[in-house]
Amino acid sequence: MSALLPWSEAASGIGGEIDALLIGLTVISVLVVGGISLLIVVFALRYRRGSRAARRGAPARDRRLEAIWITVPLVVFLGIFYWSARLYAELRTPPDDALEINVVAKQWMWKVQHPEGQREIDTLHVPAGRPVKLVMTSQDVIHSFYVPAFRVKQDVLPGRYTTLWFEATRAGEYPLLCAEFCGTGHSRMKGRVIALPPEAYARWLQDNPGPGSLVSQGEALFRRHGCSGCHSERSSVDAPLLDGLYGRRIALADGRMVSVDEGYIRDSILLPAKQVAAGYTPIMPSFQGQLDEDEILALVAYVRSLGTGRGPAP
Amino acid sequence: MSSVAPAIRDSFLGAPASLWSWLTTRDHKRIALLYLVSITAFFLVAALAAALMRLELLTPEGDLVTADTYNKLFTVHGVVMVWFFLIPSIPATFGNLLIPLMIGARDVAFPRLNLASWYLYSAGGLFVIATLLAGGVDTGWTFYTPYTTMFANTHVVAAVCGVFVVGFSSIFTAINFIVTVHRLRAPGLTWFRLPLFVWANYATSLIIVLATPVLAMTLALIAAERLWGIGVFDPALGGDPLLFQHLFWFYSHPAVYIMVLPAMGVVSEVITCFARKPIFGYRMMVYSLLGIAAIGFLVWGHHMFVSGQSMYAGMVFSLLSFLVAVPSSIKVFNWTATLYRGSLSFEAPMLYALGFIGLFMMGGITGLWLAALAADVHLTDTYFVVAHFHYIMVGGSVMAFFAAIHFWWPKVTGRTYPEPWARFAAILMFVGFNLTFFPQYLAGALGMPRRYHGYPAEYEMLNILSSAGASVLAVAYLLPPLYLWWSLRRGAAAGPDPWSATGLEWTTPSPPPPHNFDRTPRVDSPPYAYSPEDAGER
Repeated sequence: MSALLPWSEAASGIGGEIDALLIGLTVISVLVVGGISLLIVVFALRYRRGSRAARRGAPARDRRLEAIWITVPLVVFLGIFYWSARLYAELRTPPDDALEINVVAKQWMWKVQHPEGQREIDTLHVPAGRPVKLVMTSQDVIHSFYVPAFRVKQDVLPGRYTTLWFEATRAGEYPLLCAEFCGTGHSRMKGRVIALPPEAYARWLQDNPGPGSLVSQGEALFRRHGCSGCHSERSSVDAPLLDGLYGRRIALADGRMVSVDEGYIRDSILLPAKQVAAGYTPIMPSFQGQLDEDEILALVAYVRSLGTGRGPAP
Repeated sequence: MSSVAPAIRDSFLGAPASLWSWLTTRDHKRIALLYLVSITAFFLVAALAAALMRLELLTPEGDLVTADTYNKLFTVHGVVMVWFFLIPSIPATFGNLLIPLMIGARDVAFPRLNLASWYLYSAGGLFVIATLLAGGVDTGWTFYTPYTTMFANTHVVAAVCGVFVVGFSSIFTAINFIVTVHRLRAPGLTWFRLPLFVWANYATSLIIVLATPVLAMTLALIAAERLWGIGVFDPALGGDPLLFQHLFWFYSHPAVYIMVLPAMGVVSEVITCFARKPIFGYRMMVYSLLGIAAIGFLVWGHHMFVSGQSMYAGMVFSLLSFLVAVPSSIKVFNWTATLYRGSLSFEAPMLYALGFIGLFMMGGITGLWLAALAADVHLTDTYFVVAHFHYIMVGGSVMAFFAAIHFWWPKVTGRTYPEPWARFAAILMFVGFNLTFFPQYLAGALGMPRRYHGYPAEYEMLNILSSAGASVLAVAYLLPPLYLWWSLRRGAAAGPDPWSATGLEWTTPSPPPPHNFDRTPRVDSPPYAYSPEDAGER
């Protein structure tokens, strides 16, 4: 049977709940489609031309029946909506203590960067039994990060960050597929998510060091590209200090309030005129073309390490 | 047979006879046949692309064609099927043919505009053919940015020009239908005495005129960005690739209702005739058509649940998507109730209509799965979606198209088709269709993404089943042209009303004369004046 239907139990916490929803939908579908099809077949046989069934008195309307077959489906639909919307809210809300890993998608591979600097291509090692949050962006076109075994998927866009979280309940290897058409290599843009038990994961981290933690990489970039020339106390340029900035809600020059999250930091580096902080003049140059997505993520990690301010969690 | 020849000669088919008279006709019935020829040709092109795709998908490895070729195949399949077959199919052929006849008019309100619609269709089609001959386009029919605007190396601008032009063909036809139904109804033919086929095309025309201009603008933006780098979808210039998706789906979701509402109109005409019974709940059927049209404009974000759209927007679109399923359900219940205490016969049109109900139901119910947010996260961009929309577009609209072909064939040609072959083809189509597309639900639910040239080996069996089904379906599609062509020469004479159907079109000769009615008819009663007790044996 598994050659025909290669089904396996969901390997994530939320995946199990999504499977329950899918089973519920299957039951409803079989009842409705089966029921009405059966009714049509019964009518087709019973009322075929020349049969002796009674044909007199079929009403042109039946308000009570119609009220039932409008209200009952509506109630069922609203029930399904509520069930799935609640699950969706859970899917879209990563836990605060999730381990953050960065993913940069490009035609046609997945680049993974761990907070301590480990780098992977087309593979993602995660600890089983712990929530993992992926912060993702694309270097070119829209891709989509899809792990069928976890029942999770999120489009990965250029120019902004999207997030996806999951908790692998079982150690194992799970296929990673690109699910948004992205050109020639779309169906070859595959990878594996490898969930390891905690000790094995710790060992993996040790055995595969990268070029220093993300924060230290970011700090080096911060100096190398001259950011500290303006964004420091010694500077004569009136640039905001970044200590404690991450996570804070700030006022913009046009009066709006924004949260300083990874998207805001990325925009500030690449499109500094887009959201100018109140009280500052828009003199910051753009670093478009000088930094790639991995480096921007490292800078985001560095700015975040300068302390988080009060305000909603990112 | 001698009684047939004068019937053709004096009808709209025979007089006048030259090719030039056909290409410059203002007769809505001739324009309908011009469309029939064109859409059939494009259907063949898109079906060939599908055949090649299903051949490739027999094995997990991408070994029949290159990845780029495969991507071009699914793009041409989608572009041609959506804009050059499905959207025009029932309205431009049967709508053109029947709306004036059904309302007792001599022609549509703007006959020259009608001809211009066909020429625009043909011009758009030429663009697409030219794109194909020049090497094709590989963006998918959805043209997502920034791939389409900044990364694709294929003939994107030519392709979007073709779609832009054919969009106006659609808009002109819709304007024509709206004015025709408002202004040219025969005396006594009030709105609520109109056949549901007319209502269905009217509702469709409202959607077309409101939605298609948005498509035109969106395609123009793609061309502008590709040619002149205006950057509205380019994040490096402050643009937003997600904006494209909102604009595109704002049109393309109503577009699916453009593709299914006319089919529902056909089903209502056929079911009533072959059950010998008035439609159950006529007014609710009308309100459902209008309700689907209206709410259909409010659900586009359900194509974007994982796109980066906000979670709260997702919830609003999900709720509205569940609401739009209510009028569709009402229609299915009303068709079923029409069968109750009817007197049913199962000629080919009825088989196709019943097939529509079953397959539309299956497609519609899986729409609920996709409207359910958390389920959609897993199912979107997989073969589950592909199966869902093919159940509605092919299991629904294409089968209704075949129902219409068989039901009105005698009216247009004056000939009857061979019923045993037609029934066989209908049943074969139903079986072949399910074998092709049901395995795709399973493949998608098990995680197989769409638009995949090569796929993980565990999906092989399901793909083999699907491709086998496609070959059965191909045979089922090839049979009707063969026996219908045969019937043109050898079919029995049909007479004006071979089905004993109600409706003004059946009061004219078969085929009708160019001017339709010798005297403007008067209508004094609701449609579908059938009586199941009087049916007996026909």
